[in-house]
Amino acid sequence: MGVTTSAFARHFNFEFRAGLRNKNLLLMNYLFPLGFYLLMGFIMPGINPFFQDVMIPSMVTFAVLAATLLGLPYPLVTAREAGVFRSYKVNGVPTLPILVIPALTTAIHLGLTAIVIVATAPLLFDASMPVNWVNFGIVISALGLACTGFGVLIGVVSPSTRMTVLYSQMFFVPSMMLSGMMMPLGMLPDGIRKLAMLLPATHAMNAFNGLSMGTTADFTPWGGVIILALSGMMALVLALYLFRWDNWTRRRSWPGLLVLLPYVVGVLAL
Amino acid sequence: MKPMIEVEGFCKVYGDITAVNGMNLAVRQGEIFGLLGPNGAGKTSTLECLEGLRAPSEGFLRVAGLDPVRERKKLRHLIGVQLQSAGMPENMTPMEAMRFFCAYHGVPPRDDLLERFDLTAKQKTPFHDLSTGQQRRLGLALALAHKPQVLFLDEPTAGLDVGSRAELHGMLREFRDDGTTVLLATHDMAEAEALSDRVAILLNGCLAATGTPLEITAAGAGLTRVSVQTKAAVLQDDHHALPAVVRRMIKDNYVIYFSRDIGQTVPALIDHLQSRDDELIDLRVERPSLEDRFLEITQ
Repeated sequence: MGVTTSAFARHFNFEFRAGLRNKNLLLMNYLFPLGFYLLMGFIMPGINPFFQDVMIPSMVTFAVLAATLLGLPYPLVTAREAGVFRSYKVNGVPTLPILVIPALTTAIHLGLTAIVIVATAPLLFDASMPVNWVNFGIVISALGLACTGFGVLIGVVSPSTRMTVLYSQMFFVPSMMLSGMMMPLGMLPDGIRKLAMLLPATHAMNAFNGLSMGTTADFTPWGGVIILALSGMMALVLALYLFRWDNWTRRRSWPGLLVLLPYVVGVLAL
Repeated sequence: MKPMIEVEGFCKVYGDITAVNGMNLAVRQGEIFGLLGPNGAGKTSTLECLEGLRAPSEGFLRVAGLDPVRERKKLRHLIGVQLQSAGMPENMTPMEAMRFFCAYHGVPPRDDLLERFDLTAKQKTPFHDLSTGQQRRLGLALALAHKPQVLFLDEPTAGLDVGSRAELHGMLREFRDDGTTVLLATHDMAEAEALSDRVAILLNGCLAATGTPLEITAAGAGLTRVSVQTKAAVLQDDHHALPAVVRRMIKDNYVIYFSRDIGQTVPALIDHLQSRDDELIDLRVERPSLEDRFLEITQ
């Protein structure tokens, strides 16, 4: 095993375990999404009987958003603030694993959470199962890529931990309200619907409905999948470009907004 | 022999602030070199540019013959760096840190260093639960793990207890004897004086003095302090003029003379005590320390 492979494996192993040992990450990767899933499972079917049709995609999307937007950026910012990246730099740890490994380990954690939701929701809450598992896997992968990219990018451009919370909530809260997780996208006014299409969760929910759950999509679902995958890759490239080893290095963060470009195109084209 | 660290015409500018202005320095292989200076003198900027953490604004820098910025990838395996704040992920244990960084350096983990730095009992303790001294010892163990040719240490003994500090000094001397070059930035003058083969005093981004600790202290206008305590304390009220003494003061039952030449002062003092039938209890001669000289330069 070469130096790089061995170091990558060691780094991956540490980051994966950090996702279980770090209380904040444990909360965002597992406890918060699974707790919310159980709460919604007990409450929502009584209020909205149609919720059972979208329960699995909604709760999986919620789990992805919690782990990536709320869990992933914070440790990156605190590590930069605490001088961890400077230690990494002088010891030859490259930028790529610093950003990609947390994204990969987060993807594994949220994958495990998604499995728990998919496996238990039909039994516990009589939730509808996906009718096309391949497409379900494709949509969740695209969503995971888009949101881990967003999470890493927020961690890189955020100047402080306080701003991290703000940036994360800027995407998380509207995603909860407008993406179709809580109410159908079609019920939203046209202007708000356009705004909702700037969010990864909206494209994911639309693609889950149209491609895997056997229900109707509000707009072209494959277009949304492409936008998710493209924005995820763009976010990772932008994060690598904008990465700072310490807080003293000044770098403009506005180029990070370029990650919204595929979504803007989506609003105009889909 | 080519120096292990070469600095020529080095400048580092941050916006309107010039942190280092035209520094020239050469550190030989197997030398412990102390970089001293008050806060903001440019020590950390110098260290960071040599470590490849920052690019110099101007000048020629070489560490082990390599450009710290352009050849950073090659250099990282030749240098060991202990930063002022250790900076580890808070959940990483010393054992994990050793494996993690050794993997990136492509060397087997050095558990012997954890033992040597008294961290074996804490090897599974998360970083944030270690004491400051343990965190610094871990930083040092990691800096040494890949047997670097050049070691950069920023305040290495800050937060260490007396025993750990002495142990570290001993280790640094061993590394020096094995050919490792050590560049040490410190505020601790006693440490620099005891440990360094040569020191440089940095002031406002410029080198104010360079040489062995002895050369630097000898170059100053510092006076040797002669402190005397006698049985009958005749000197306390005695204003007898002693040769080469510039001034005298009394403190804690001691009469303290500041002398330009102790070769004249001390024999005259003993003769004078005998003539007054007084008996010597304690006599201390203190040469000007590096700290005195440092204060003289910086003030």
